[in-house]
Amino acid sequence: MNRSSWLWSISALVYAFLYVPLIIVVVYSFNDSRLNAEWVGFTLNWYRVLFNDEQMIRAAVNSLTIAVVSGLVATALGTMAGIAIHRYKPKLLPFMVITPVAMPEILLGVSLLLFFIQVMNLTLGMLSIIIAHITFCIGFVAIVVRARLAGMDESIFEAARDLGATPWQTFKLVTFPLIMPGVIAGALMSFTLSIDDFVITFFTVGVGVSTLPLQIYSMIKIAVTPEVNAVSTLLMLLTLTTIIIASKFAPDTLRGAMK
Amino acid sequence: MALLEIRNVTRRFGDLVAVDNVSINIEAGEFFTLLGPSGCGKTTLLRMIAGFDLPDGGQILLDGKDLAGTPPEKRPIHTVFQSYALFPHMTVTGNVSFPLKMAGKSPDEIAVKVKEVLDLVHLSDKGESFPHELSGGQKQRVALARGLVNRPRLLMLDEPLGALDAKLREEMQIELITLQRDVGITFVFVTHSQAEALALSHRIAVMNAGRIEQMDEPSKIYSFPVNRFVADFIGRINILQAEVLEAAPDHLRIRIPGMGEVRAPAKTGAARGQKGVLALRPEQVRIAAKIDDVADENHFPGKVRDFLYVGDITTYIVDLNNGARIEALLPNSATGRAKFFEIGDAVKVAWPKDAGLFLND
Amino acid sequence: MINLLNTTRVTKWLVSGPPFLYLTLFFLLPSLIMVVASFRYPGDYGGLAPLFGVEPGKETGLTLETYRFFFSDFIYTQIFIKSFGVAMASTLVCLLMAYPLALLIAHSPRKHRDFMVLLVILPFASNFLIRVYAWMIILGPQSAFSLAVNHLLGWFGIAPVPLLFSSFAVLVGMVYVHLPFMVLPLYTNLEKHDPVLLDAAQDLGANAWNRFWKVTWPLSLPGVYSGAALVFIPVLGMFAIPDILGGTGDILIGNLIKDQFLGTRDWPFGSTLSIMLTIAVLLLAGITAMISRQGVRQ
Repeated sequence: MNRSSWLWSISALVYAFLYVPLIIVVVYSFNDSRLNAEWVGFTLNWYRVLFNDEQMIRAAVNSLTIAVVSGLVATALGTMAGIAIHRYKPKLLPFMVITPVAMPEILLGVSLLLFFIQVMNLTLGMLSIIIAHITFCIGFVAIVVRARLAGMDESIFEAARDLGATPWQTFKLVTFPLIMPGVIAGALMSFTLSIDDFVITFFTVGVGVSTLPLQIYSMIKIAVTPEVNAVSTLLMLLTLTTIIIASKFAPDTLRGAMK
Repeated sequence: MALLEIRNVTRRFGDLVAVDNVSINIEAGEFFTLLGPSGCGKTTLLRMIAGFDLPDGGQILLDGKDLAGTPPEKRPIHTVFQSYALFPHMTVTGNVSFPLKMAGKSPDEIAVKVKEVLDLVHLSDKGESFPHELSGGQKQRVALARGLVNRPRLLMLDEPLGALDAKLREEMQIELITLQRDVGITFVFVTHSQAEALALSHRIAVMNAGRIEQMDEPSKIYSFPVNRFVADFIGRINILQAEVLEAAPDHLRIRIPGMGEVRAPAKTGAARGQKGVLALRPEQVRIAAKIDDVADENHFPGKVRDFLYVGDITTYIVDLNNGARIEALLPNSATGRAKFFEIGDAVKVAWPKDAGLFLND
Repeated sequence: MINLLNTTRVTKWLVSGPPFLYLTLFFLLPSLIMVVASFRYPGDYGGLAPLFGVEPGKETGLTLETYRFFFSDFIYTQIFIKSFGVAMASTLVCLLMAYPLALLIAHSPRKHRDFMVLLVILPFASNFLIRVYAWMIILGPQSAFSLAVNHLLGWFGIAPVPLLFSSFAVLVGMVYVHLPFMVLPLYTNLEKHDPVLLDAAQDLGANAWNRFWKVTWPLSLPGVYSGAALVFIPVLGMFAIPDILGGTGDILIGNLIKDQFLGTRDWPFGSTLSIMLTIAVLLLAGITAMISRQGVRQ
């Protein structure tokens, strides 16, 4: 067996390892059986159950609200941070932007829990979740925006000034249009990360509020039914769509963000 | 009054003095070149003229008015950047009309002016192209057009030909000269290439370590360098350690270790016993096989050590019998004649007594 | 001149101020509060005891008690060691799976590479819990996979073992969730290698084995290090995977912390554990940075 067929077979196995579990989830969401064990027959019943599950619907609305709000705020703040880091080379800001992303999520979760209750005296709920999500999304947006700026010829900004543009005109006419793809990709990424977040939400959520991941978690922990498969499938579709849109705007940002 | 007056300008970065008490007057309509090795301070000076950096001391005046306090966008000075700095998200037309839009010109006027300047740089058909669709030479022309379009008082060009290949560079040199003459705008050209500087400029300022070593017309700089740095930096030159034996009013008698005694043109201020160097252009040194063939005052026997054939000319490196080494240049003007001597050939090198310059080391 | 400098300073604050303030308030400050909390006494009903005494006889102020407690009971050190073990194992398995794949992608024709990378990222885009849940199905006692494995074990005379709710399931879950983090930095590194280097090595007499171990592998070390850090660190703090796929004994640092904050509500001790985890992560990050910098210098 030569080297490349070697690589091919291992890689094929790894790809299978990555995809088979997800395919199973999707397939069983159409399975006419309460058990995720063997194929019985096709049904859309679990989707019907899902759409009649009021708790689930409420959680979905919460998730979307949180994702949109924190996505927007994080995009604004993260774009500023990305520009600031690139332009002014501050010492502390890069550390503050990266650490919430790089540390185990649980640390941000518990420290915010402590902070909200002990210092801010905040009743945990939507607001606390949104604040927490913004905190870790800023980093992702900043990384994408900065990566975009780093790939650019610095002198075009000076050229704009040289040719008569004020600093604000330079930003409006040159900088902003050029980082726009990064900003959009960052926004979509924030949205996805927020919708998907479990750990940090888990610690900053209050009584009576739930999000989709939290709802999935309690279903998994308590009673597994193919309704989970159904909601999983829909959630996968949503994130998949967002990712495809994001990669349309900036094909290299997804990879850049994970570096 | 000079168009641009640089008065005792100094710029420090920590301990490094990037620009050291520089004064230059640039006249309207001039093609002025700042020439020097990288790190000599020419780009810092350029950035201060453009307004991206401020002098620590001294003044920069345009039409007699101090430019300090005027931000880059308010200065009627444009720059052609080394990397061209074309806006990647705008077409050629978008790029070229940018300064006009900033100046608040009407759309009609913009259209007319953009068309004019694109005609001038032969890019009329590329208006709708984006920078990434253009070749290096075309980008260069767009950058030029963009810098010229609203007729700045001064156009600065920062190593604009550096990124082009040799043939294109030569074409662009000729175009630049024509362009500057046609538009009549003052050019300040920054380069580290002495060949470019000599070919293009009305005047050259040779910079080294933040200071101006010499400022003059190209032919003066080439023929009469004021010191060893300028002599060495401009063109190929033999630099020989030398000591003055006699300083006569019409000539110098000089001793060169490893060579012997030579005669050189008189130099004011040179005194007996003074040490320095003799700078001698290879094209002033003649090389011949027999002693009768050379009638010049300074002549020495030697052996060809090596030669460099570059087509139109051949440079011979000759080891003199007394130990010194000297370069001589011979045009290959005779048809079919590639070279005259082989390695190891015994030859004579000679140069007239009015050639060569005694310089302080 | 003043005008020029001033506008720059104002813009600088307009741009970096808001994110700086936000992160100071909601990241830096909470982190500091947690450090302080780790030196405080637990409250009567969970949470923290007041910092200054209101009732006589109550413990107030700051203490090293929680840290002493951490080291006094070996069980906590043991859980830390176990978490490191799981993180190490997950990292190694990820590396073994990711390296061949990254190599294959890097050696594929340029036009296919992006798509192959996308295929690695896509599963990562589905919700984390869904990916863990998928393994609940696969490893469940009635699943075809479980039945097949136990059937196979039966041939060797080994009694059936439950796959779900075990350390094995935890490892599989960790690897599955973090695999893309290993593939991407490895690929980014391997893609940059000049293929001519391998030709040169072959030309100079190196066989395939030597070409890999003497050229490809040493050059890929920076990618290996960053991939390892991206897997090791999140695994170290993970609580959800042991929670969902692990058995009763599969308790890692994350589970311990979660329990202190949401279960027993001993916040000072929870904070102490979080600080210990932070220190461990910072040490790891520092070591990784140091090793990869040395690697670059070589």
